Amino acid sequence: MGSREPGWPKVPLAATRPGQQTDERDTELVRTRDLPDTFRRRLNAATALALLAFFVLFGRLWHLQVTRGDEYRVLSEHNRIRLKRVKAIRGLVFDRKGTVLVENRPSFDVVMVPEDAREPDRVIDRLEGYLEEQIPEAHQALTTNVERPPFQPVVLKRDVDWRTLVAVETRQIELPGVSLRIGPRRSYLYGSLLAHLLGYIGEVNMTELTTLDGYRMSDMIGKYGLEKHWEDYLRGENGGEQIEVDAVGRELRVLREVEQVPGANIHLTLDMDLQQAAYDALEGHEGSIVALDPTTGAILALVSRPSFDPNLFSDGISVRDWTGLLTDPLRPLSDRAVQGQYPPGSTFKIAVAAAALEEGVVNPFTRIPCSGSLWFGNRAFRCWKKGGHGWMNLHEAIVQSCDVYFYQVGQRLGVDTIAQYARKLGLGSVTGVRLDHEKAGTIPDSAWKRRVFGEPWYPGETLSVAIGQGYVTATPLQMANAIATIAGGGIRHRPHFVDYVEMPSGEIARPNEDEPIATGLRASTVVQLKAALRDVVASNVGTGKKARVEGIEVGGKTGTSQVVRLRKDNKKVDQLKLPRQARDHAWFIAFAPVEAPEIAIACMIEHAGGGGGAVAAPIVQKVLSYYFRDRIPHPEPEPAVADAGIDGANRQTARATR
Amino acid sequence: MERIDRRLAQHVDWALALLAVLVVALGSTTVYSATFSQADGQPSPLFYRQLAWAGLGVGGMVVTLCFDYRKLERYAYLLYGAAVALLAMVPIVGIIGGGSRRWIHLGVFALQPSELMKLSLVIVLAHFFQTEGTRETYRLRDLAVPTVLYSVPAVLILAQPDLGSALLLGFVFASMVVVAGIRLRSLLYLVVVGSIAVFVAGNALWGHLKPYQQKRIVTFLNPEADPLGSGYHIIQSEIAVGSGKVWGKGFLKGTQNKLNFLPEQHTDFIFSVYAEEWGFGGCVVLMLLYLALVWRGLEVVARAKERFGALLAFGVTAIVFWQAFINMAMAMGMVPVVGITLPLFSYGGSSMMTLLIGLALLLNVSMRRFMF
Repeated sequence: MGSREPGWPKVPLAATRPGQQTDERDTELVRTRDLPDTFRRRLNAATALALLAFFVLFGRLWHLQVTRGDEYRVLSEHNRIRLKRVKAIRGLVFDRKGTVLVENRPSFDVVMVPEDAREPDRVIDRLEGYLEEQIPEAHQALTTNVERPPFQPVVLKRDVDWRTLVAVETRQIELPGVSLRIGPRRSYLYGSLLAHLLGYIGEVNMTELTTLDGYRMSDMIGKYGLEKHWEDYLRGENGGEQIEVDAVGRELRVLREVEQVPGANIHLTLDMDLQQAAYDALEGHEGSIVALDPTTGAILALVSRPSFDPNLFSDGISVRDWTGLLTDPLRPLSDRAVQGQYPPGSTFKIAVAAAALEEGVVNPFTRIPCSGSLWFGNRAFRCWKKGGHGWMNLHEAIVQSCDVYFYQVGQRLGVDTIAQYARKLGLGSVTGVRLDHEKAGTIPDSAWKRRVFGEPWYPGETLSVAIGQGYVTATPLQMANAIATIAGGGIRHRPHFVDYVEMPSGEIARPNEDEPIATGLRASTVVQLKAALRDVVASNVGTGKKARVEGIEVGGKTGTSQVVRLRKDNKKVDQLKLPRQARDHAWFIAFAPVEAPEIAIACMIEHAGGGGGAVAAPIVQKVLSYYFRDRIPHPEPEPAVADAGIDGANRQTARATR
Repeated sequence: MERIDRRLAQHVDWALALLAVLVVALGSTTVYSATFSQADGQPSPLFYRQLAWAGLGVGGMVVTLCFDYRKLERYAYLLYGAAVALLAMVPIVGIIGGGSRRWIHLGVFALQPSELMKLSLVIVLAHFFQTEGTRETYRLRDLAVPTVLYSVPAVLILAQPDLGSALLLGFVFASMVVVAGIRLRSLLYLVVVGSIAVFVAGNALWGHLKPYQQKRIVTFLNPEADPLGSGYHIIQSEIAVGSGKVWGKGFLKGTQNKLNFLPEQHTDFIFSVYAEEWGFGGCVVLMLLYLALVWRGLEVVARAKERFGALLAFGVTAIVFWQAFINMAMAMGMVPVVGITLPLFSYGGSSMMTLLIGLALLLNVSMRRFMF
């Protein structure tokens, strides 16, 4: 064991015996001899250093408390140096033509620091006197903010008018502690027109404060829609000022400040005029319209009615307004475009037809008879046309929406194959659009049935699926995307509504949200489907005649989905006599122009009380007429030179300059 | 296990113990004031917890005195390993407080392993310099092992993130290396090469950092650059200290304290609360108490009869010195704001226990110096 360093006797533990202890004075002598000189020198240095350090601390203490003590005492009285937070200006939102959709308008709040007011209630009384009105919320604000840190202002009156502004400003002396706070107020210029898409903001709640970084009490945060999903871009960075105030809280000077950094501006793919047209077309209905650019998946319009006014939220929504929205039986808060799951009815036949052509269970010439119903497993499955359609090929069956034809085709395909093709068109899973609570809908197959119900698939159920009934459900956005996929030649895009983001630095960011997926549908399949969909509108026996737009070839498909089963006796019931909840939904999905599609659209009318062809097709017609308004030929005869080719070229320029 | 001998008890350094008790008493009083709930008009539960921890700590001290401190040498690596293991568990089972993950929940209380780490590191370093420490001075290559012993916990603590504790560990490590005896040439070499390395690496990395990371570093080095965050805290802390003037505003009368201007008034910024209420007079008393503690600790080092005891005592003294110095300098706006508490004074159970047991080790070394 023994130490090699001189002067450090290493004593084994065994030697530790109290008996060995000697007189303390002796030990002292031994100690000094025992300690190695180098160690002692270093220890002395350490001691000197410690002394010096404490000397410096004493010096600083003297400076702060004795030399400048009076100065600091004054500053400490009444918290003379305060922090004033300056909120970042949230980014703006524009449509594809540069129209401002969301902006921030300056607004003034009357605030009060109760500590500065000394007698806050009396000051409020005085304020009420000057304004000649009662402000009950002001007195309330004093009592409800128990958790408020000292010297934090409470809001007496939000978003005040000029009269109040002037009154407060001129009487500052008589209103100690009261001041005006200017701040940006979120303003949704189109109100309920864009409520579901843009969403709204609100004050951060406890969960958000603890889970998210960089938020403070009373900050605003996106709660819904674009405001929520693009929060990181829109929010910007808060700034603030260190200010010195006088004894009644008036600002004397700004000691230092940090500028706020505004949020990024977001430019949408949305066409506000089209949005307005779609919103107006839905007047008087509950339902949804979604319009997409089939070549990119860019959303041109997205409407859900009934709607609500997001401006109600800009200031923190009142309890009365909020419960009103929540308890409304027509559910205005729900975004039917992405959250509403409805049986797609006959619009689903597009998926079944695609499957039939791809799988070869029918060819374009295969004819199947329709006698008005099909007996299957002890039950008659009826066609919507009581007398039957007679012999039909696929083209005719789509044009006239023959149910019996699709029962037969469905049987030949089997539910699993139908499901496979429906999924290729994007049904049965969320599209991935960045909106709240997007629903996936349901595309049933045998595995799904076993998983959900623990039962095998019954062949009869396949028949319902073949006409888009039974377990099948889809959202309007999914159906718009499905028809866009056919219109786009079998390429499916991810629907998105943000075109690009303009950073405060001027830099342009393009978050690539599209994700084209080739469905693998053969070109011949797509051509045949498009031809049939064109005739749904163009043919005089087509179910979608009411969607015709002068001068533009429109392709589409109607759908009427039952909410309750048909009566056993198959008697026609007057839909409008049924309770609202029992009425059929009406669908129309379309694209145009057929040759070079620019727009794909889905329209769903909830509990329409009429069929897709009667209720939904005319609505789509209105929207498409608006979209193609510059290309619809004028009533007066066109010059003879305007043949198709030139017309096409005109279209291009018209579109470019729009 | 040897029983405590009567004569051993006579050699307990009662002055040192008394100094510790005085600091704890002043500290608890200030915790009472800093956490006193104006709304309820009664002391906060934190105050009673602090008292309970002090009591437990004294119990821990008595137990620690019963052992011959040299037995620690045998368990040095075991203790060190256990502390590192606890630290490593923090990211997995730790609970979050104030933006970082530092605590492990143990039912009744939350343990802060970085506090235990301080003492474990001192013990393991003392042990290393004892066994390997047979030369007068160390060359750089001799310091490889201690450097690793320091770096592993330091990185774990930095990741929490707890810059203050990691820095403190660094100061204690450096102090022990210097006193254990690094060659002067090696020391100079380290300082020069280290500065160049930091400078070069810093320049190279700077461009790769995200703007907000750059901002954090700038703020740390120069808190004035963050007038809405630590820059504001420093100003308010200076106002609090300065406004105490010579005799203070009196117990429970500190206005700055009551304004919640500091997020950590019962831990990191407790000195400001104390200075506001007790003024220059009170602060001089407190500083003299710390100075006496450090002085007395260094005396124990000087009187120790063997190297392990001397280095152990020195390490514990270094913890107390650096924490006290950095914390008070921070509250007075002399050094950047890092989370370092005032030893034996700030609120915190793990810290109180660790420091009291550390002081017990000091007493232990002191009273067993006659046994050779």
